[in-house]
Amino acid sequence: MADKITVGYTHLSGCTGCTVALADNYAGLLTLLDKYVDLKYMPTLADARHIQQVDVSFVEGSVCINDKLAVEEIKETREKSAIVVALGGCACYGNITRFSRGGQQNQPAHEAYLPIGDLIKVDVYIPGCAPTPQMIRNVAVMAYLLLKGTKEQKDLATAFLTPLMKLAAAGTSACFCELMTNVINQGLCMGCGTCAAACPVNAITMEYGKPQGERDLCIKCGACYSQCPRSFFNTDVISQYEAINEAIMAALQ
Amino acid sequence: MGAELGNYKSCVSARSTDKELLKHAQDGGIVTSLFAFALEEGIIDGAIVAANKEFAAKYPSKCMMDNSNFDMIEPWRPIPAIVNTKAELIAAAGTKYNISPNVSLLKEATRSFGLDKIGIVGTPCQMQAVRKAQLYPIGMRDVGASIALAVGIFCMENFPYQSILQLVEDHAAMKLESVKKMEIGKGKFWVYGKRGQVVQLPLKITHKYEQPGCHVCLDYVANLADVSTGSVGSPDGWSTVMVRSKIGDSVWGKAMAAGCFETQPIEKVKPGLELVTKLANEKITKNKKTLEGRATFGVGKALRNPYI
Repeated sequence: MADKITVGYTHLSGCTGCTVALADNYAGLLTLLDKYVDLKYMPTLADARHIQQVDVSFVEGSVCINDKLAVEEIKETREKSAIVVALGGCACYGNITRFSRGGQQNQPAHEAYLPIGDLIKVDVYIPGCAPTPQMIRNVAVMAYLLLKGTKEQKDLATAFLTPLMKLAAAGTSACFCELMTNVINQGLCMGCGTCAAACPVNAITMEYGKPQGERDLCIKCGACYSQCPRSFFNTDVISQYEAINEAIMAALQ
Repeated sequence: MGAELGNYKSCVSARSTDKELLKHAQDGGIVTSLFAFALEEGIIDGAIVAANKEFAAKYPSKCMMDNSNFDMIEPWRPIPAIVNTKAELIAAAGTKYNISPNVSLLKEATRSFGLDKIGIVGTPCQMQAVRKAQLYPIGMRDVGASIALAVGIFCMENFPYQSILQLVEDHAAMKLESVKKMEIGKGKFWVYGKRGQVVQLPLKITHKYEQPGCHVCLDYVANLADVSTGSVGSPDGWSTVMVRSKIGDSVWGKAMAAGCFETQPIEKVKPGLELVTKLANEKITKNKKTLEGRATFGVGKALRNPYI
C-alpha cells in the first residue's frame, strides 16, 4: 500500500526482549505490517538488516561505546530517520546495561554502555523492561496517524505522543529514585500503587500507602515513573480512553 | 465550569435490595452489590477491593501484603485484596478513609491470581491510574483488556494511616480497634464505636491531616470510572450512582434488570445533584488554586505540574 509509513528497527545492546514484545502482538503485528507499516529493515524479523531511510525507527538496546559499529549504527539511524523511538529501558535509560563492568567473554572489551539519548537526539520514549506489546502497538498506530492521518487524527496522535516526547527530552537516567524526586518529593504521590504494579522486578512495595523501593533490585527501566499517573496525566487524551482504545482495536481488526 | 461531574449516561439515587448486605455496607451497598452481581454473572472473575487485617487473617492468600509483620498491622489499615465470592466481598465492605493502594494489585491480579476479567474499586485518582494503564500500558503488559469493571468512588481527599490514627485516637479520643464505622457527611467526620458511642469532628479539624498529593486532584466524582458512586447527593442509606461508560451502562442495566438495586430519580431526592455539583466545584476550584500556587512556589522555580 502506498500510504504505509516506513519503519526500521535498529538492534543494539538489548536482549531481544523488546523484539519479542513487538512480536507478541501476534495477529495485531501482521495487521500492522499489512495495512500500516512497511518494515524496511530489522535484524530479527526482516530480510534487510542494514539501516535505510525511514519515517520512524525503533531502537532496542543501549549503545556500547567500545563497539565502533554500534556507535556508527546509532548515528546512521538518527541521520536516516524522521522520528527515532527509543524502545525499552536500555535504549531510554540504560536499564541493566547500566550495571555492566566489562569483562565479558566476547572480546575486544565491551564495558561502557550509554542510553541512545546520550549520543543522539531521541524523539519518543517507550520505557519499561520489557516494553509491553500493547504500548508498542499504541505508539505504532499513533505514529501512523501522525504521518498519514487526517488533521483530526494528527492532532490526536500529537497529543498522545507529547508526554512520551517530553520523557525523551527529560533525560537518560531513571530508577525508583525518579518516583522519589519527581513525585513524592514534589508532594504529588497519592498512594494509588501503580508503580508497584508496573515494576517488572517487584522492587516496589506499598508501605502505609506510599511506595517503598528496594533500590538494590531496581533495574532502572523507568516503568514505575512513567506509568505513575502523577508523572504525566494528559487529561484531554486519557479522558477519551474509551474512544481511543476502540479506534486502535478497530484499526487492528 | 460545567464539566465538574464528567461525562455520564445516567444518574440515579440507589441502594441494594439485599438487606443482609446492607448491614455491612457504607451507604447504599452499591460497590459490594454490583461486584457481587458481576461475579455471579461471570462479568468479572474477581475484584480488587480494600480489605483489612481481619480479612487477611481469614483469607491470607487473597491479599497483597507489604513487608509488615502481620501482628503489627493495625486496625483500620487497608490491605488491597482480591475477592472471588460474595462472602469475601462482604468481609471487605465499607469505606476505610485511608490509603488503600488497590492499583498495586492490578497486574498481579492477571498473574498469580489468574483473573481474565478484573473488577476494581478505587478513588478518582485510582481510576485515572487505571485508564492511563490502559492507554499508556508502559509497565502493564496484558492488563488493559482484562479490566472488566472499574467502579469509582466520590472522593474529596484521602488520609494517610497516621492521620486517621491521630483523628480517631487523639481528636475523637477513641481506640481504633473499638471503631465500628467511620463516615464523612453533613459537614462532619463521624466515628461510630462498637458499643454505640458516636463522636463527630468538624471537617475543619481534618483538613490539615489530608494527604498533600490530593490537593492537585481535579476529579471529585471519578470521571473515568465505568460506574461511580458516593453518598453525596442522596438521602441516608442511599448512594448517588453515575453510569459513565459503555461497560458501565451494560453492567448497570443488567444489575437493574436482575433486581439488585432499588432506585429513585436523582432529580426527586434531596439534596440531589446540586450538592454534588457544589462540592465538585469546591474541590476543583481549591485544587486549581493549589496548582497555580505551585507554579510560582519558589523564587523563579515552580513545583511540578503533572497535567502539563
